Amino acid sequence: MIVAEGKPLEEVYALIAEAKKVLVVGCGGCVTVCLAGGEKEVGLLAASLRMKRKLADRPLETVEVTLTRQCDPEYVEQLDRYVTEEIDAIVSLACGVGVQFLAERYPKWVVPALNTKFAGGTLAPGRWEERCGLCGECILHRTGGICPIIRCAKSILNGPCGGSQNGKCEVNKEIDCAWQLIYDRMRLLGRLDDLLTIEPAKDWSKAKDGGLRKVLREEAILA
Amino acid sequence: MTAFEPKIVAFCCYYCAYAAADLAGSMRLAYPPNIRLVEMPCSGKADARVILKAFEEGADGVYVAGCLEGDCHFLKGNLRAKKRVAALKKRLAEIGLEPERLEMFNLSGSMGPRFAEIAREMTERIRALGPSPLNRGRSPAGTAQEG
Ligand code: SF4
Ligand code: SF4
Repeated sequence: MIVAEGKPLEEVYALIAEAKKVLVVGCGGCVTVCLAGGEKEVGLLAASLRMKRKLADRPLETVEVTLTRQCDPEYVEQLDRYVTEEIDAIVSLACGVGVQFLAERYPKWVVPALNTKFAGGTLAPGRWEERCGLCGECILHRTGGICPIIRCAKSILNGPCGGSQNGKCEVNKEIDCAWQLIYDRMRLLGRLDDLLTIEPAKDWSKAKDGGLRKVLREEAILA
Repeated sequence: MTAFEPKIVAFCCYYCAYAAADLAGSMRLAYPPNIRLVEMPCSGKADARVILKAFEEGADGVYVAGCLEGDCHFLKGNLRAKKRVAALKKRLAEIGLEPERLEMFNLSGSMGPRFAEIAREMTERIRALGPSPLNRGRSPAGTAQEG
């Protein structure tokens, strides 16, 4: 899932300083699961903003809506009836994708309430960690299911580097060396020989450096 | 002008604080009438949104009262409540309210006198802090609750 966390209240407060009435929009997808932008967080943020504004003697009116997803037009459209004339700003608690989908649909001041962090998963309640760097051409089968792009600080494809120490990364002693993990795992799988094959330089144009990426599936396209 | 009488909402676990309040009553222990009790199935049920709502709707102070640590009927509800209260205190500060207006207490159902003591302690604390900044402009002593 996309993992995000809330921006400091002060920051969101400043982003809507001019507004009298705001639409606070949650997302029922990833950010609900990582406890950053679901219905509950919408309630907390809206109440916090209202109270902070009341203390500044400039009351704020809020309308709270949580969509199933903000990254799908069929759900975004459901906002139409809430985006009325008097809505001065839309506060989105989705990842950056949701914020942009709302901004693309409505000619309003749309602001992000979250910082979108990474593609990762839940380790335990309240703990999330990055797993995928969205490189566009997965090589996990070459590395025993451990991603060197995101888990190695240098994104080395033929590791480890000379700084790997006692299983830890030289960049941060708290982080496991991804290549140590890869080596251990390949040994466990009896596939150490695979590591002798040099992984060629990656085509980074398939990653984010190549500009906006698209995925097309002809059979799924309706019109 | 009338003296400031704080309005305090106490979210009380049914198994401990709420029973202790009952006991305090049977023991004819006096405690300040400033406390409004809300019966909860467990202190762990105290939702951050509901606590904020209490402040928004005019409470000068709020506390959550759960069982003694290790004695929760649902095992960890009171420990979770403790963490949520701690997180909410930070949020109150970000909003601009004194974090001391919110507190977590632990007691057992047999601690009637302690219940009364907590009620007094919290009333004194809030009295010293004065009315919630959100209540400025409202008439005192519970007459101006907004819907
Ligand atoms: S190799 Fe690329 S696609 Fe696969 S997990 Fe790593 S970053 Fe993600
Ligand atoms: S120590 Fe390991 S994880 Fe860290 S940069 Fe070197 S190879 Fe990558």
